Amino acid sequence: MLRFLVRRVIFGVVVLWIVATVVFAMYFIAPHDVARTLAGRQANAETVAAIRHNLGLDRPILSQYGSFLWKALHGNLGYSYSNSESVTSLIGHGLPVTVSLVVGGALLWLVLGVTTGVLAATRPRSVVDRTTTGFALFFYSMPTFLLGEVLLLLLFFRLHLVGIDWFPGAGFVPFSENPLQWARYLILPWLTIALVTAATYIRLTRGSMLEVMGEDYIRTARAKGLRKRRVIYRHGLRAAITPVLTQFGIDVGTLLGGAIVTENVFGLPGLGQLVISSLAKQDLPTVIGLVLLASAFVVVANIIVDILYSVLDARVRLS
Amino acid sequence: MSLLEVDDLHVSFSTPDGVLRAVRGISFAVDPGETLGIVGESGSGKSVSTQTIVGLTQGARISGTARFEGKDLLTMSESELRTVRGAEIAMIFQDPLSSLHPHYRVGWQIVEMIRAHEAVSKKEARKRAVELLGLVGIPSPSQRVDDFPHQFSGGMRQRAMIAMALALNPKLLIADEPTTALDVTVQAQIMALIKRLQKEFGTAVIMITHDLGIIADIADRVMVMYAGKPMEYTDKRTLYHQPHHPYTEGLIGSLPQQGGRGSPLKSIPGLPPSLLRVPKGCPFHPRCVYAMDRCAGEEPPMRQVSGGLDHRSACWLPPEAVGTTTDIVVTRQELARQGRSSAQEESA
Ligand SMILES: Nc1ncnc2c1ncn2[C@@H]1O[C@H](COP(=O)(O)OP(=O)(O)O)[C@@H](O)[C@H]1O
Ligand SMILES: [Mg+2]
Repeated sequence: MLRFLVRRVIFGVVVLWIVATVVFAMYFIAPHDVARTLAGRQANAETVAAIRHNLGLDRPILSQYGSFLWKALHGNLGYSYSNSESVTSLIGHGLPVTVSLVVGGALLWLVLGVTTGVLAATRPRSVVDRTTTGFALFFYSMPTFLLGEVLLLLLFFRLHLVGIDWFPGAGFVPFSENPLQWARYLILPWLTIALVTAATYIRLTRGSMLEVMGEDYIRTARAKGLRKRRVIYRHGLRAAITPVLTQFGIDVGTLLGGAIVTENVFGLPGLGQLVISSLAKQDLPTVIGLVLLASAFVVVANIIVDILYSVLDARVRLS
Repeated sequence: MSLLEVDDLHVSFSTPDGVLRAVRGISFAVDPGETLGIVGESGSGKSVSTQTIVGLTQGARISGTARFEGKDLLTMSESELRTVRGAEIAMIFQDPLSSLHPHYRVGWQIVEMIRAHEAVSKKEARKRAVELLGLVGIPSPSQRVDDFPHQFSGGMRQRAMIAMALALNPKLLIADEPTTALDVTVQAQIMALIKRLQKEFGTAVIMITHDLGIIADIADRVMVMYAGKPMEYTDKRTLYHQPHHPYTEGLIGSLPQQGGRGSPLKSIPGLPPSLLRVPKGCPFHPRCVYAMDRCAGEEPPMRQVSGGLDHRSACWLPPEAVGTTTDIVVTRQELARQGRSSAQEESA
């Protein structure tokens, strides 16, 4: 088991290294000469050359590659071309916002998806099942930005017009500053992310539960004279939850790199917004830093999922 | 009074292909401490009928009665039934690996059973779980109690299931093909264990099997089932020595030791009918070597035949036509021929 995990970690490191190499190559296939762009239109050849030298762009590629990897390994992702700030500190500003958004939204969709999925699975083809499946499909097929805008229109704008300001339209308050305001500003974004994603979890939970509830050990649990709730949750859900949590880990890992659409709709200054603005400004170091970070999240999420899998399943853990 | 009395039990499922009539009117009784064998080929409704009795069949249309100590289990409330399940009537199943929860330790699963019915501390329940595992022959039970099911061998898993089933000293144990999934040597051990514990605790047993050999080992009375119906119902001796129903005869004929050395195993030719479209008349007639014209048109009821005191069979052969000796078989064939030709004369 331990050997398996070590293998997974090594594999993760290799993936990150490949990603780093690919993004490093972006410097050279970038559509513009970076130094020239930075120098401005009026600059003469010497200025451009000076900038190029400053950025180290005149050194041999391999040496540039080496120092890029070395610095990245130490958390130094260089300086933003457009802001006079290090990429690390830009990310440092955006990360708490994205983490707040994703963690809250994820917990919401997990609880929503799993409880509804269990409910639907234990009464297949019932009214509850059909209604929840219908709702789930409705939100599932709705684009995130549209749902976000609709929520804004109904819960922010309409209420605002009649003088009720429960849900702010945009912005972010750090948790450390005021937890209540933090939550208040995040409710609509959380809802948006959760409603759009919950459908996947309802379907996943429902399918997994339907399969598990037909297993022999569920029949045993019922033959033991256990209460229905206990059979469903302690025996059924316990076995059915594994694929759900696997998906959960991967989804959270992916979103942590930046929930672009939701952040945009609700004006949340997170990593997703940073992705958009740095792309627009062709701020290559920032883009590269964000890509590396997002990949790291996915790789780490995968490793966590593997660990979780073995924690949840004794057959994997003890083999 | 019988411990369990089942009367005219019917169970049907609605499936996409139509109504599947899995159990079509079975009746039997089990006395305290007694063993009833239910035997029949796979798909004859053995599991469905016993699981229906304890309320484990879902989405089925059920009719009839199943009185346990006088109270009808089929009309009991769910919470009332729950106090019977596990505590009064326990079950073990065919595949002990899939019947134990893969994510919980064996001891935990036994403790859960005890604590579902008795207000005892976890520590006390665990102590009993260890004792039970020892009782069913698990070596070093105080360590194995913390194993997961997959760490047990097949035979040990079934032993653990038996330990769990007997944890609350139930009055009735329903064993649904408990040895089918096990190696032959292990099969004998498990049967010996069930017999030993039954004697020790005075538990009544319903032993379900498709193997008449197992019935010979343990049963007092036997019900032979076919296509959701009882074919023959009698005590074990009568069943082996004075069978009436040709289906029973076929099952006896397919027992390995009956063929003797060198002679090949005879199995009954053909397959059981689909329960979606059961043939008219006797359900066994398409496979029956004695089939008469009447068999295809009219379904024989369970009626008294002459093999033993309480010997019933659902076959149109005369009530006296019991036994497996060559004489009897010849007589039956003669009778069957008459049954066929008389109809031909009538139609001519
Ligand atoms: N839940 C169910 N829905 C539909 N058909 C079922 C269901 N359970 C059992 N059956 C059918 O009922 C018949 C009898 O099954 P079963 O009692 O398991 O047979 P046995 O235990 O004698 O091998 C089979 O044809 C089986 O396919
Ligand atoms: Mg069966």
